[in-house]
Amino acid sequence: MSDSGALRTIVIKESVLDKNRTIARANRQWFDERRCLALNLLSSPGAGKTSLLERTLTDLADSRRMAVIVGDLATDNDARRLNDRGAAIVQINTLDICHLDADMVARACSTLTEVEPEVCFIENVGNMVCPASFDLGEHARVVLLSVTEGEDKPVKYPTLFRTADLVVITKCDIADAVGFDRDAAIRSVRAVCPEADVIEVSARTATGLNAWYDWIEKRRSHAGFGPSPVEHGTQE
Amino acid sequence: MDNVLQMAAEHARAQEATAIHKITMRIGDMSGVSIDALTFAFDVLARDTMAAGAELLIEPVKARCRCKACAAEFTPDSPITTCPGCGAPGATLIEGREIELTSMEVS
Repeated sequence: MSDSGALRTIVIKESVLDKNRTIARANRQWFDERRCLALNLLSSPGAGKTSLLERTLTDLADSRRMAVIVGDLATDNDARRLNDRGAAIVQINTLDICHLDADMVARACSTLTEVEPEVCFIENVGNMVCPASFDLGEHARVVLLSVTEGEDKPVKYPTLFRTADLVVITKCDIADAVGFDRDAAIRSVRAVCPEADVIEVSARTATGLNAWYDWIEKRRSHAGFGPSPVEHGTQE
Repeated sequence: MDNVLQMAAEHARAQEATAIHKITMRIGDMSGVSIDALTFAFDVLARDTMAAGAELLIEPVKARCRCKACAAEFTPDSPITTCPGCGAPGATLIEGREIELTSMEVS
């Protein structure tokens, strides 16, 4: 431009998240083309995302091809916990970034082309603030709330809970021991995300896990990916 | 903030500018972005970029909701968006999530 050097105003009006949204859309298309249900799992650190996935990978190993994209600031501890359960595990170390973004997921997906997963779990970085703003291209958001965290977590972190399609209340086996007020927790969920499904589970005792597995199948049908071609418990 | 500076630099370069003097952003009060933290990060991260020393002007955007039950529009008084008219919970946010790079002054 000939006016280079002169002070001038440029009008932009672009969302900082536009680029992320564009990549997220491409990710969703990638999952759609493979008829793979992508679930974004979000919670505070220690709510039990990895424990839930450990059980899930083991229990559904014979009926679904699965993949997990695991986000952590550092270490591959979670990925190692999930290994050897028949699913493809991709670790993302975000280093100093407190959330996964769509580009990180796109790069992880590029390593899954051979696997052709039917369900891809994206285990986000444990954090209830920043991950809420980043669409990863998932079909549904699953927000975990453990009974040790306090019943008012949803109203304290409404930005995240508002986006939940499913709220999983975890560690139900110790609910009584920690004085968990179930009704108050559900009221708190309903105040922020009245339409979300709620499931109560314990990965340790397996309570409620069938409801979680049914929910996954329901979401697969909902996404138009159809019922399982293989019956539960049989080999392909 | 890194993203903002990258976006700003791309736009500036596209206009063949070599320096950014002022950046204006619109930030919704339910965007999850803290304006204090953003301003602090900007001052630090801009140092080694073409936006070094630039002024960051933030235009806050108030949240607006639409009730899913009665369609009333209202300004929520907390992040829990209960409709003041009919009491239905979980109203849809129609404004207040903006994290927008609005304009820049460059040379």
